[in-house]
Amino acid sequence: MNVLSLETSCEQASIALLCGQDVRSVSLEGHSNHSERILQSIASLLADAGIRARDLSAVAFGCGPGAFTGLRLACGVAQGIALGAGIGVLPIDSLAALALQGGEGKVLAATDARMEEVYFAGFQVRGSRVSPLFEARCVPAAALELMEGEWLGIGSAFRAYPDVLQGRLGERFRGIDADKVPRAEEVARLAAPRVLGGECVSPEEAALLYVRDKVAYTTAERLARGGKA
Amino acid sequence: MKVLGIETSCDETGVAVYDTEAGLLSHRLHSQIELHAEYGGVVPELASRDHIRRLPLLIRQTLASAALEVGDIDGVAYTAGPGLAGALLVGASVAESFGLAADIPVLPVHHLEGHLLSPLLSADPPAFPFIALLVSGGHTQLMRVAGVGDYTLLGESLDDAAGEAFDKTAKLLGLGYPGGPQLARLAEQGQAGRFRLPRPMLHSHDLDFSFSGLKTAVLNVVSSEAWQPRDAADLAADFQQAVVEVLCAKALAAMKAAGLKTLVVAGGVGANRALRLQLDAATAKRGWRVHYPEPELCTDNGAMIAFAGGLRFAAGERPAQVPAVRVKPRWPLMELRPPQVA
Repeated sequence: MNVLSLETSCEQASIALLCGQDVRSVSLEGHSNHSERILQSIASLLADAGIRARDLSAVAFGCGPGAFTGLRLACGVAQGIALGAGIGVLPIDSLAALALQGGEGKVLAATDARMEEVYFAGFQVRGSRVSPLFEARCVPAAALELMEGEWLGIGSAFRAYPDVLQGRLGERFRGIDADKVPRAEEVARLAAPRVLGGECVSPEEAALLYVRDKVAYTTAERLARGGKA
Repeated sequence: MKVLGIETSCDETGVAVYDTEAGLLSHRLHSQIELHAEYGGVVPELASRDHIRRLPLLIRQTLASAALEVGDIDGVAYTAGPGLAGALLVGASVAESFGLAADIPVLPVHHLEGHLLSPLLSADPPAFPFIALLVSGGHTQLMRVAGVGDYTLLGESLDDAAGEAFDKTAKLLGLGYPGGPQLARLAEQGQAGRFRLPRPMLHSHDLDFSFSGLKTAVLNVVSSEAWQPRDAADLAADFQQAVVEVLCAKALAAMKAAGLKTLVVAGGVGANRALRLQLDAATAKRGWRVHYPEPELCTDNGAMIAFAGGLRFAAGERPAQVPAVRVKPRWPLMELRPPQVA
């Protein structure tokens, strides 16, 4: 089984190729270069493994939450490759991919959503399995609530809002790892058993998990707030 | 050569297949007008979200309606700019990666080149060289077109585009979204001649345009104490006549100066009935010809992109760079060159 995976939901993006048990990954450095470099990196990764796109079993991608444009880059590239190669895609929760780096136990994956807000979700990690305890939400960092238990906190939210998060919830954390980001390697590892289980979808069914869905005010809302039509 | 064309520069998702031998095989369009209506204008983030939701299915339907398989496609053309960055990125990522996976060449296409060449898709196509009047919500330009990629800018709007003036004036008159076509419909019910609106730059002795003053003149009328809302249709008619008169006069002046008897009109405002009537009458009187795109190809669409890409592929052009998802939200048409043979 060959699975190509893409994860471009934050500034440090990466792609990976899983062939059997072996995963090779490449990081795409610099925010503005993701779109410039992603296809070349995919082509080299495939060439190095001696395979072509049509030899892929599926394309997995980190479907969010994260930077909107980054999510669409991964999704669009996954859709294009899948259509061109006649294969399926598999959207993988970016926060689950992040949580898998946290090791055994309860993991709170939380990333910086800008505007003083965080994307976060809770997972139970057992070996290579990541089960959601509660689904992804977007809230002000100062309003994040956490259920009982000993948690590992992982992700950029802990770097962006260290005082707010650790000040309020410090005693709940058995550890904090603020430097980890969602990576394509874990996207591929989470995808592999699901590809085998026949969970791939067609490219037109690939949905993104934006979480933040209110992105503009309607004319009626602007007027109600004293603005102009 | 069968070319898959993809357009996602603003608020229409368009896909088409153009065959350089057999012509347009199929095209599909999804308009986002309803999505943006309650916001009173295009919301870029929502536009991008809708493009990525619709594009793969639209590609599949377009191929299916021409009974084609992915393996039948020989090349891909997509709109790389100008337009909304996030919206363009959707088309670019899908198009470039489709080409990579299917191992076929991919060409970035200039959105306005698509519009400009779209009348060549009609049953009675114009021959080069001709004068082109490009009128849309984003552009008002007069060009001399000597061939594919051989464009000379003769004049353009110094402020608002003609379509933009229609939209803004519609807003002043309290019309819904999208305003331009609604204003044109209202104008049909009115009688021009009651309001003295300016004809901006009609006598400027060049081929440039300015429409923002006209919008201000309308604002002055509707803000005056004498204003009666029941006069809106008459005001709309006067506004439309002012725009049409200037567009028409400058287009004819451009033809005269260039010594060309063929005019091509492209872009959304090219669908305006009053503009077509006046251009048809003025050119007929002189024995000149004016060409428009087929009505369904006046808006943004994938057919014009597949076609422009097809012309470039057929001339021997091939992608110059390694594959990349690269868009040009601002991309002057004058940067284009004739097809570069690889």
